[in-house]
Amino acid sequence: MNAILLIDFGSTYTKLTAVDIDNEEIVCNSKALTTVESDIMVGFENAFKIMKEKCKDKDIEFNDMLACSSAAGGLKMVAIGLVPDLTAEAAKRAALGAGSRILGVYSHQLTLREIRDILHKKPDIILLAGGTDGGERDCIIHNAKMIAMNLKDVPVVVAGNKNTSDEIEEIFEKQGVYYRIVENVMPKINLINVEPARDAIRDIFMKKIVEAKGMSNAEKFINGILMPTPAAVLNAAKILADGTDKEEGIGDLVVVDIGGATTDIHSIAEGAPTKAGIMLTGLQEPYVKRTVEGDLGMRVSAESLSQAVPTRKIMKFAPNLKYDVAERCHYLAQNVNEVPHNYDEQEFDEAISMAATDIAMERHVGAIEDVYTPMGKIFAQKGKDLTDVKYLIGTGGILVFCENPEKILKAGLFNEENPKYLKPVSPKLLIDKNYTLSVMGLMAVKYPDKAIRILKKNLFNLQ
Amino acid sequence: MKKNVVLGVIGADCHAVGNKILDYAFTQAGFEVTNIGVLSSQEDFINAAIETGASAILISSLYGHGEIDCRGLREKCEESGLKNILLYAGGNLVVGKQDWEPVEKRFKDMGFNRVYAPGTSPEMGIKDLKQDLSLL
Repeated sequence: MNAILLIDFGSTYTKLTAVDIDNEEIVCNSKALTTVESDIMVGFENAFKIMKEKCKDKDIEFNDMLACSSAAGGLKMVAIGLVPDLTAEAAKRAALGAGSRILGVYSHQLTLREIRDILHKKPDIILLAGGTDGGERDCIIHNAKMIAMNLKDVPVVVAGNKNTSDEIEEIFEKQGVYYRIVENVMPKINLINVEPARDAIRDIFMKKIVEAKGMSNAEKFINGILMPTPAAVLNAAKILADGTDKEEGIGDLVVVDIGGATTDIHSIAEGAPTKAGIMLTGLQEPYVKRTVEGDLGMRVSAESLSQAVPTRKIMKFAPNLKYDVAERCHYLAQNVNEVPHNYDEQEFDEAISMAATDIAMERHVGAIEDVYTPMGKIFAQKGKDLTDVKYLIGTGGILVFCENPEKILKAGLFNEENPKYLKPVSPKLLIDKNYTLSVMGLMAVKYPDKAIRILKKNLFNLQ
Repeated sequence: MKKNVVLGVIGADCHAVGNKILDYAFTQAGFEVTNIGVLSSQEDFINAAIETGASAILISSLYGHGEIDCRGLREKCEESGLKNILLYAGGNLVVGKQDWEPVEKRFKDMGFNRVYAPGTSPEMGIKDLKQDLSLL
């Protein structure tokens, strides 16, 4: 059969998925440990051998190979802007939406101390913003100079006040900084414009970062490592919601991805107020929004989860819990490969995953605030109103492998006890049972119509 | 290049019509207006002024509680690196009928450069702004 090989060079495992291109089915998958320290292709070859063995009866011929990667720490970035709640925040959202890990967000003029901090963190790419178009100039120019003098080996995406482009170009050319200048992430107050910056980040990832992480051997073999893995999941969510050239999308949706180290929420929705008389305030949020909660995870971040979430909240999800929460979370954080062996251990995992879903969703969605005025009570909304979202999709080990994923996803729904958080009220619940989101997001770059059809076939409706 | 000004209605006040009129008038007069709208806090004005490199902040208050909403703004501007920014206030700045001169003085003491009584036309504010920015 004609097939496409989709590769995910993960931080721990290199995962392969074979897709029958004509019948639009996933036919095989395999995995092996990622070997980025030596030669990334060793891990790939191991996984490939396993796949060939598993599917030797299927007569697979690969016409194309595409890859995404979160190996070698993934795409690490630093975001720099002017005012913390405005351009610094817009830059952070642009970087998150490109699938990166944010190491730090900086505001106002950079100090030498902050420069040392950034040097220490070793980001792969810097996103530099500041000033609306035609607005403040001094800050971004100062920061460009600081970067050129002290961080000139780090590629920079410049997405700030367009009126400073000429000067910044001159500063960077002089010091040999690798840079791309794109549209402002916040061209006008509160108006966000993250897509140009995201495209530039992805471009630099493909051109420079892949090579820098010792993965150019892989590139020779495959048709390019196209994106950081988180960007693939986001891409899948986006095409599923919006549709493609030939296929209909399913409408506004939210994806919950509960992992060992983080819980990620992706929402594809405008998030406009759903009820009359609500004032929208604050910085506009991106249509495609990704948040990453690095303190909420099933293993690596289990301990920080136990610190972020009060025990009484976890007990609400599992009233008969047998374990001491802090103790067990500490244990799990030290034993990241632990799988539950019995009902009690499974119950514990489910309880903390429900807590992770609840809190991560709360941090992601918008909120309504009561404002008391002489004219009566008014409601002001900050962030996205996701109450009317049509689909809530779950992915990640715990959701894929547990018997009752519905219960976990429901922990992320609108809650009368905390009505100010605009969480989804009654979406259809779907599970990514076959781990298709990231590979289809990758495949969609070249084969969008097929990818969305395969996605629709593989998302299991829980109701 | 056009001069940037930030315009908005301060505090828990959502009177919007005058705000729209001022937006239109100042834009027609050649200013680059960043209208942050109603229900704006002091921080909203300041953040917008910083990002847009504004020369002036024009504050409207219609519900009578403007004085308390505006208190401390000049100091915050100084803290935020906007030491020399022009601060204008207008609308219905106090509750009930009071003599204008003491009201004007209280606002000027708070650091406002120009203070306008109810019923002032936009043209007056525009003329004053052009003068203060040496544009006339």
